[in-house]
Amino acid sequence: MTLAAPIQLAATVNEHLAQISNTLIYSAMAVYTLAFFAYIAEWLFGSRSKVARTAAALTAPKTQETAAAAQGPAVTVKSAGGTAVLERPKVVVRSAAGSRDVPDGPGAHGGDQQGDLYGRIAISLTTLAFVVEAAGVVARAASVERAPWGNMYEFNITFSTVAVGVYLALLALKKNVRWLGLFLTATVLLDLGLAVTVLYTASDQLVPALHSYWLYIHVSTAILCGAVFYVGAVGTLLYLFKDSYENKLATGGTPGRFASSVLERLPASATLDKFCYRVNAAVFPLWTFTIIAGAIWAESAWGRYWGWDPKETWAFITWVAYACYLHARSTAGWKGRKAAYIALIAFACWLFNYYGVNIFVGGKHSYAGV
Amino acid sequence: MSKTTPDTGAEQNPAAAPAGADDLGAAGAQLSTAPTETAVPGSFGGNRAPGLAGWLAWTAREITGWVRWFWRQLTSMRVALLLLFLLSLGAIPGSLIPQNGSDALKVEEFKQAHKTLGPLYDKLGLFHVYSSVWFSAIYILLFVSLIGCIVPRTWQFAGQLRGRPPGAPRRLNRLPAYATWRTDAAPEQVREAALRILKRRRFRAHTAGDAVAAEKGYLREAGNLLFHVSLIVMLVAFACGQLFKTEGDKLIVEGDGFANTLTQYDDFKSGNLFDDDSLVPFSFTLKKFTGTYERSGPNKGTARTFEADVEYSKGADGKPQHKTIKVNHPLEVDGAKVYLVSHGYAPTVTVRDGKGKVIYHQAVPLLPLDANATSQGAIKVMDGYTNPQGKKEQLGFAAFFVPTFGGAGQDSMFSQFPGLDFPVLALGAYHGDLGVDAGVPQNVYQLDTKNPNLKPFKDDQGNILKARLLPGETMRLPGGAGSITFEKDIKEWAGFQIVQQPGQGWALTGAVAALAGLAGSLFIQRRRVWVRAVPGADGVTVVEVAGLGRSESAKLPEEIGDLAALVHDTAPTRNDADSDADSDAAPDRRPDAATPVPAEGEQKK
Ligand code: HEM
Repeated sequence: MTLAAPIQLAATVNEHLAQISNTLIYSAMAVYTLAFFAYIAEWLFGSRSKVARTAAALTAPKTQETAAAAQGPAVTVKSAGGTAVLERPKVVVRSAAGSRDVPDGPGAHGGDQQGDLYGRIAISLTTLAFVVEAAGVVARAASVERAPWGNMYEFNITFSTVAVGVYLALLALKKNVRWLGLFLTATVLLDLGLAVTVLYTASDQLVPALHSYWLYIHVSTAILCGAVFYVGAVGTLLYLFKDSYENKLATGGTPGRFASSVLERLPASATLDKFCYRVNAAVFPLWTFTIIAGAIWAESAWGRYWGWDPKETWAFITWVAYACYLHARSTAGWKGRKAAYIALIAFACWLFNYYGVNIFVGGKHSYAGV
Repeated sequence: MSKTTPDTGAEQNPAAAPAGADDLGAAGAQLSTAPTETAVPGSFGGNRAPGLAGWLAWTAREITGWVRWFWRQLTSMRVALLLLFLLSLGAIPGSLIPQNGSDALKVEEFKQAHKTLGPLYDKLGLFHVYSSVWFSAIYILLFVSLIGCIVPRTWQFAGQLRGRPPGAPRRLNRLPAYATWRTDAAPEQVREAALRILKRRRFRAHTAGDAVAAEKGYLREAGNLLFHVSLIVMLVAFACGQLFKTEGDKLIVEGDGFANTLTQYDDFKSGNLFDDDSLVPFSFTLKKFTGTYERSGPNKGTARTFEADVEYSKGADGKPQHKTIKVNHPLEVDGAKVYLVSHGYAPTVTVRDGKGKVIYHQAVPLLPLDANATSQGAIKVMDGYTNPQGKKEQLGFAAFFVPTFGGAGQDSMFSQFPGLDFPVLALGAYHGDLGVDAGVPQNVYQLDTKNPNLKPFKDDQGNILKARLLPGETMRLPGGAGSITFEKDIKEWAGFQIVQQPGQGWALTGAVAALAGLAGSLFIQRRRVWVRAVPGADGVTVVEVAGLGRSESAKLPEEIGDLAALVHDTAPTRNDADSDADSDAAPDRRPDAATPVPAEGEQKK
């Protein structure tokens, strides 16, 4: 018997806990569905508003030589006789020449109060679903007494939990990411739907778990990277839509009513572009680390740190693709849309590595029961 | 290469400077040391003087022109991007088409199945993508480009470190972040304060003319250079590893040993530059192999532990030491690593001839066929056997072994559990010529029963003589031809992979350095700040604070806000009602006390 690839590590399975985990995952799906509808309500109510700020900014005569966005609130200082308000000098921000001075959209609710209310409800529901799903993942892990990433079912539930976690963390950090909500819950539902139908594996399935903490480090960072890359990819896609919308307006075209209504409310394309860059750039070192950790683990498990195994190869391809993206951003003529296409290709590589390699290619990394 | 350096450094840098910096002159230049994207004509054309000398001069000019052009192209960001893209594209076929390096068997199958594609793929090197000419060409070009990119950038960066931040551009209000106000403080006072504040915030700052110029975040560039240099280190380490690598397999039965010389390997592969002397001298003996398995539950039969207890010694005659080799815990001797990769059973058998003389007594390793260690192999008695007719012959036994018998009452048997609970050995007996000496390589685990010179022993019914034996039982060969005994002493064997790959330390160092460099390069912002203080037309001092960063910088306005507030504390806004410089700065909430509030900066940090 070859020990290398399929070292099958036994895991005592607690059927009861596994059952609880399944129930929790199904409950999380139900709550995500509610959240999904709440986000839809937010968008629907938001469509009542007629702010049209992008159009206004782009079609108005170019009087705004400087788009003033005041930075920093007034500073309160204590001076001898009591509290005096010392006005801090205002910082005038000029967007880079060549980019449009477009204000960010108000968000899905479009400034509509009821829409905003539904949006808040949606976020609360998302948070609740996140907690339930996380509990489901933990129960699953407890039932098999190992990390919950032994097969693709477990990967999927962990992955969507982490992706929602990233979104909520960004919200908690007061980042302007609320617009992601609808797209996120939609994909999470898709992901979980796939998980419980096609990919479901009873928890007695085995893992090729090797006794190495590098495995845990490697896989957990890989999942986190994937979640963040995913957020970046959604942003990039929306950037592309918003950018062509702005282009159309700027060149005097009239976008369709639906497109206007939706895109109007998103942040400006420049904001989206920056957001995606930051997200992708921030995880790129972590992805690099993930690959290094994988190599260290492979070295101790398989006797070579790099062997062009399909999974390794695709991790490398993904890495080079993201490096391409980062390079494109600092190459004249490749900023903006072209770089965005590269970012999408890079994410497609990540996805292929995640699903495609497991399903179509195989190799040493294949998991029990897919 | 060095020739191109000076002009690259001297040029403005439209590629890296943020858009809008074009009108900033030197102030916006070289905020990064990315190579410039300038078109350089390959041909210098020019006049060709008559005669041979003229022709020579012209040709030389042309050649250097084109070489320069080629070099510029190769080291441009655009081509680096293209090569990176090609690299990832080129890596794809290797993950989809079977590769010789990892699975030669699959390659053969593929060639059998695809009669037209096979040879074509072979020609294109698609069965060994990662060592193919074209893949090597891509990454070698990429790394030449990288070196050609790094060297000038390093010089340029060193120059920037030696120099001072460039002076303020004429129109500060065109910078991405800008603040201004009028104050009663004297211009020199403001500049001094600004210089102090900037230095305290660890900017490199100096006063140039009527403004303070400052810059911070050089670590970004340093990190970026470190990252790219580390890539080269990693590649070189990887290449060395491949060229000098050795990798061999050895199957060892409990009690047997191994010395690290070429002849002892079952199977051996090495890189192109390997020579025999570089094998690390050491030897080891497999004392005991232990495998334990899950006894119950849905995972019954799953391995719990695999451990090989070995005694090893360094060098030709080192002191013996003990070590337990497990999966993930190889034995390491002077850079050679011994991995435990497989295991199986080796039943001990004794073969006697017709006179009862022991002619073969050995533990025979058998190859497992499934997860429950149903195993198969061959027992080959090459010499020492004389048949009852007095003729020298060879004996062969097809062996089938199960550690835990299943299949009672059936024709075939199989194992129910990988542990040694109910071992049974099934044998089929043959005699004649094993064909081992015929020069054709033979699988030691298989009996060539198609060999016409190898005849089966027949039982009473005329069928091939077969028997299932329990430990201790003996099968008699017909006609007093001897016997074979399945001994109670069933051994286990372990398969080891012995790997020597130099350069691993370098690869790891490179990787860690790359990571550190990358973090520096992506998380640190390089930015320039200018604070100008000049008397306005009416004699009142006008302060201007402005900053310039890379286009991605979002923190810049915040930082400019903070800096402006600090400077503002020492040079507060002048309390004049008709001021137009800051007419929108809420004049009614103007502080009544014009006293500086130096503690302010500390509060906000
Ligand atoms: C093995 C191939 C390479 C990889 C994986 C790679 C990767 C990267 C990464 C991840 C960054 C960081 C991006 C950033 O700071 O925004 C970067 C930046 C950079 N790379 Fe590379 N690189 C490679 C080859 C090259 C080559 C051949 C060149 C020269 C032509 C080059 C020039 C640069 C420059 C100038 C920057 C800095 C850009 C800036 O300051 O924005 N790189 N590279």
